[in-house]
This record gives sequence, C-alpha cells and structure tokens, in this order.
Amino acid sequence: MDGFDSVVQLLDSTGSPVIDSHYSSALDNSSLLALYRDMVLVRKLDEQATALQRQGELGLWAPLIGQEAAQIGSGRALAQRDYAFATYREHGVAWCRGIDPVDMLRFWRGTMHQAWDANLHRLYGYQVIIGAHALHATGYAMGAYLSGRSGTGNSETDQAVVAYFGDGAMSEGDVNESFVFAATYQAPIVFFCQNNQWAISEPTKRQSRIPLVQRAEGFGLRGIRVDGNDVIACHAVTAEALDRARSGGGPTLIEAVTYRMGAHTTSDDPTKYRDGSDDELWRSRDPIDRLRIYLRANEVLNDTFQSDLDAEATSLAERMRIGCRELPDPDPLSMFENVYCAPDARLDEQRSELKSILAKMGD
Amino acid sequence: MEQLTIVSAINKGLRRAMAADSKVLLMGEDIGKLGGVFRVTEGLQKEFSDERVIDSPLAESGIVGTAIGLALNGFRPVVEIQFDGFVYPAFDQIVSQMARMRYRSRGALSLPITMRIPFGGGIGSVEHHSESPEAYFSATPGLRVISAADSHDAYWMIQQAIFSDDPVIFLEPKRRYWQKGDVDTDADLSSAMPMFSAKVLTDGSDCTLISYGPTVVTALQAAKFAQEDGVGIEVIDMRSLSPIDMHTIATSVRKTGRVIVVHEAPGSGGLGAEIGQRIMETCFTDLKAPVLRVTGYDTPYPASRIEEHYLPDADRILDALEKVMSY
Ligand SMILES: Cc1ncc(C[n+]2csc(CCOP(=O)(O)OP(=O)(O)O)c2C)c(N)n1
Repeated sequence: MDGFDSVVQLLDSTGSPVIDSHYSSALDNSSLLALYRDMVLVRKLDEQATALQRQGELGLWAPLIGQEAAQIGSGRALAQRDYAFATYREHGVAWCRGIDPVDMLRFWRGTMHQAWDANLHRLYGYQVIIGAHALHATGYAMGAYLSGRSGTGNSETDQAVVAYFGDGAMSEGDVNESFVFAATYQAPIVFFCQNNQWAISEPTKRQSRIPLVQRAEGFGLRGIRVDGNDVIACHAVTAEALDRARSGGGPTLIEAVTYRMGAHTTSDDPTKYRDGSDDELWRSRDPIDRLRIYLRANEVLNDTFQSDLDAEATSLAERMRIGCRELPDPDPLSMFENVYCAPDARLDEQRSELKSILAKMGD
Repeated sequence: MEQLTIVSAINKGLRRAMAADSKVLLMGEDIGKLGGVFRVTEGLQKEFSDERVIDSPLAESGIVGTAIGLALNGFRPVVEIQFDGFVYPAFDQIVSQMARMRYRSRGALSLPITMRIPFGGGIGSVEHHSESPEAYFSATPGLRVISAADSHDAYWMIQQAIFSDDPVIFLEPKRRYWQKGDVDTDADLSSAMPMFSAKVLTDGSDCTLISYGPTVVTALQAAKFAQEDGVGIEVIDMRSLSPIDMHTIATSVRKTGRVIVVHEAPGSGGLGAEIGQRIMETCFTDLKAPVLRVTGYDTPYPASRIEEHYLPDADRILDALEKVMSY
C-alpha cells in the first residue's frame, strides 16, 4: 500500500492474515463475527440515513461509508467505563456505545441538538465544530486521573478517554493544543484520527506535508499508524493504547488510514474536486469485504449467519424509516429550556410571548 | 442589467475586484476546486490560479491570522468563513488583532481585509450552521460591519469592502443566497451608493421598519400587508451595522414618529438596542411611541424543526406595528 510503510495491519485487503512484530489479535471467532455484524449493520444504517435525507426526511447526513472498520474496531475496543468524544461522522462509534439509530437521526432531522444522554452512554453528542471536543476529551481525561478513576493500577476500574476526529481537524488549534495538554499531564487519552484522505474538498496534503502520525513525536505523544480498513488491526491498536492510557502510560495518537468512499455530506458533490480515480483502489480495500473473505475462507461465516444478518439489516432499515418519520417535532416552547440552570426572567417573558403567538396561530 | 442570484452577484463582484487589483486574493476552506460550499467562489481559482484563490488548511484562526500577515505585506485578502458558526475559533485574531492593528500602530499599519461570512438561519441544517454573530463584531471598535440584502448591493458592496482600507466583516444572508435581482454590472464602482449608507426601500408616513440582511425581505412582506390595511411603512435596509447611517434613519423617524427594528440575532445586546438608543438621542421628541424590536429570542438558535418560530416573521412584525400604532 502506498504510503503504508509503517502501518499496522493484521488482515490485508485480500483477507489474508498478516504477521505484525508487535500486535496480534486477541479476538476469537465469535468476536470476529460480531465485528463483521456491526460493520454490515452500520453500513446499512448509513445507507438508510442517506436515503432518508434524499427523501427529505433529514436536513443533512454525513455518511460513514468506508470507515466502518476504523469506527467499529476502535469503538469495540472501548470498555463501558471509558468515555468517547466524537464528530458528526462517527455513527459507528455511536452504534458501539449503544445509541439507537433512530436517536442518531434526531440530530440530522433537526429535532434536537444532542439526542442522547452523554453520561449514560459515555459518548458525548455529535460535535460539529472541528476539533473543539479534542480539548474536552483531554480535560475529561485529566479529570479521570485527578479523581482517582484512572492510573490507579486497577485494571478493572481504570478509565480512558477517546477523542475522534479527521485529518482536517489536525490543523485546528484546538487539536494541537489538546496534544500539548495531553502530553504535559500524561492524560489517559487516545486520539483517534481517521485520515479518510479528504476534508470536504481538500486532500490530506493540504493539512500536512508529512504523515499525520509523525506529528505525535513532536508533541511527545506515542504515535501509531494503522490500516483503518482493517477492523482487527484497529481493534488491536486501540485496545493496547487504551490499556496503556488507563494504567498511567500516557496518551497515544492513532492515525487510521482509510477513505471516505461517499460524499462529505449529503449536501456535497465530490465530482467537483475528485475524479474518482482512487475510488476503485479503495473499493478493493473495502473494510467489510476483506473480513468476509477471511471469515468465509476459515468457515467461520456460513450462509445461515449471512442470511440472518441480511434480514437483520433489512429490518433495521425499516425500523429507521418508520422511526424517523414518527420522530415528533419538538414543542416550540422547548427552545427556552436549558439556556441556563437557573430561571431567567427575560426568557420567561419571551416564552409567554411565543406562547400567545402560537395560541393565535391555533385559533 | 443582469438578473443575478446573491451568490453569483458576489462571485462577479469578487471576480471584478480581482481583475482590477492583483493584490486581491481569496483564502478559505474549500473555496478552490469546490468553489466554496455555497459556490460563491466558483470558477475563480481556475481563472486566477491557486495562488490567488487559496484553499486554506482547516484552521480559522490560522486563516485570519495569516490574512493579517498578508495584508501587512501589501495584499488585500478576502477571507471566506464557511459558515457563521465557524468564525469563533478566529475570534482573537479578529477582535484583538485585526480590529486594533491601526489603532495600536498609531496609523502606521492598516489592514484592508474583508471577511465574508454567510450568516443567519433558515436553511434547515444542523447546529452551528445558523448563527447571527453581528453584534460581537459591531461592538468591536476598529471593525466595519456591513450586510447586503439583495443582489445589487451584494455585487457593489463586496467590491467596496475589498477596496476599503479598514477591515470589513461582510455578512451574507445565506437563506437569501438564491434570491434573484437586477444588477447593472457595467456601471462604475464609483457610482455605487456609498458603502455605509442605509437605503430606503419603501415610502410611508406611519412607521419606519429598520432591518438588514435576511430579514429585509421579511420587513418588506410585513410592509406590504400593512399597506393593504392603509398603514404606510418606510422600510430601511441598514446595509451598514458599523457605522450606522443615523442620518437616513433619523430623517425617516422624523417623518413617521414610530420605529420597529427587525433582526434575527437575539434581542438583548443586539443591534436593535443600539439603534433604539441612537434614535432616543437624536429624535426623542419626534417619537409617538417607544421604539420596538422584533428579533430572535435570547436563546441559541434552536433545532431546525422549530427554527421558524425563532425567526422573526411578518406576523410578529405586524403585532409590533399594532402596538406602536395604538400607543
Ligand atoms: C471550526 C469548523 N470549521 C469548519 C467547519 C466546516 N467543516 C465541516 S466538516 C469539514 C471538514 C472536516 O474534515 P476532517 O476533519 O478530515 O473530517 P471528515 O469530515 O473528513 O470526517 C469542514 C471544513 C466546521 N464544521 N467547523
């Protein structure tokens, strides 16, 4: 693979296992099947959400297609007690954190800014401001250490934090500052950068002259580059980085090299800026295909499992279609809630004003 | 005369300014091959090269900060901020650096920078794609803040902003981007209405409706309804939020004695407060009723499915009109 000289890979694009000098997979066959199932289902989820946007049911959607292995491999490496901060594209991570796909749609349909209980799922809501959450994640990790919930040596309870972002985000000040803070305080954090080659229309070259992972060294972070389309490798490197973080071994930057197979969002037209010549290469590196080939070749995946999974995907999509259309529009008066913790007299006046306008409209 | 959308009017204005002065260059995210997410810079990189239409790394503070450096070195940078919600990472560079450069250098250094920012709600997208940050900027000494509400103004004002020696925040009403209007693209820049002048759009003697940007259209709708009821409305498009053209406003207020200010940004601390106060100072005895405001509420922009209730509409303006008329 071009530019993949020092990349961790455990399953190549033809579905053949690769020996790595440092990493090996701890996953048994049923875990591999579970990862396969996750990837198939989130691709379906993504496809369905894209279709819902086309039908006018969603305002926008940011497709994850092509990034299933990076998101599922890393997402499944998280322990329940870990905390994740992610962007608008991390539906696969949200899936791993137990978010109902219909709840994911609330944000994109425009019924809520943040649709799930962040503390319950230990996943902060979709972050739209590029890179802002990297600092939040770093602070959260600092807090985990300061409050004795990380780095105690208890491998059952020590926590770590993951911050997800893209190659474009590597240019934002917030991300670079979070590297400084994480390194300075040796915070228990893993920065998981999905280098999907594009930040809307700008190729990764616009953000960096060197492989992104090389930035790690300058900041005093450990850096790992992984084949982002190899779910087994993504799982292995993330699991190890999390273990290290939890036990007080400090922060890691993981660059998962992958490809945004779809548009940036449903509003985007990639034909304006990329000619599609890379698409075929990356299709041949498809994260789901290679695991299927491996599982088939080793007789782990049989026809029954596959057809059950296909049926599950179909019913997931149906549930999303129905669930999406049934999502209630919020009460307009709810816009005045939670601007502050304490009551606010001015907002109360404005709420009354809107209430009487709505009553008049109802007349 | 050409019929142009606001998007293509700005595009043509940019092209003309770039052709007129080789020191004009554009910087921003995705403005090159893509032509920007709203296609305002479509075709310009091809025409003027990637050294004059620069796809910047994804870092707003970086974009504005380097624009400052380029301006110090003789260029006239035009910065595109992709959406209003993404301008805040550049806040320090704008308010502490760009705005003060001339003042702190006692006039030795000035920064002819234009910052284009699509602003306001109404496009049904997700959080941070609807913002009205104008009050932060109009409250910052050293910055000029203007907004074009139609294609004609978009075409001329973008050029005036570019050739201004002071930094200009140029706010583009994104939900009106595809609205068409006549533009005489053959006219001379020097014949355009001065950049800081307000524009009287309708003639009326009962009430002055003052607005800017996306709500100018809303104000015109309300004025039309009022006219049908026999109430004469003078709609003023401010065009410039800093400075405020008090002469045009006061002339109208002296005639009508009643004023309503309309904007999408939250009322508290917004432009309406400033205008109301300035009217108090200049035309207190002409007023027949208190100056009222019809604005966004004092909340963040809500989720898009209920945003229509946040945005001022003609009905809310007519309610306010009833109040000032019966005061
Ligand atoms: C602060 C900020 N600036 C600009 C944007 C507009 N924007 C949204 S996504 C994007 C590209 C992000 O690229 P990358 O970080 O590589 O993530 P990807 O979208 O490829 O997953 C940009 C410029 C934004 N959301 N926030």
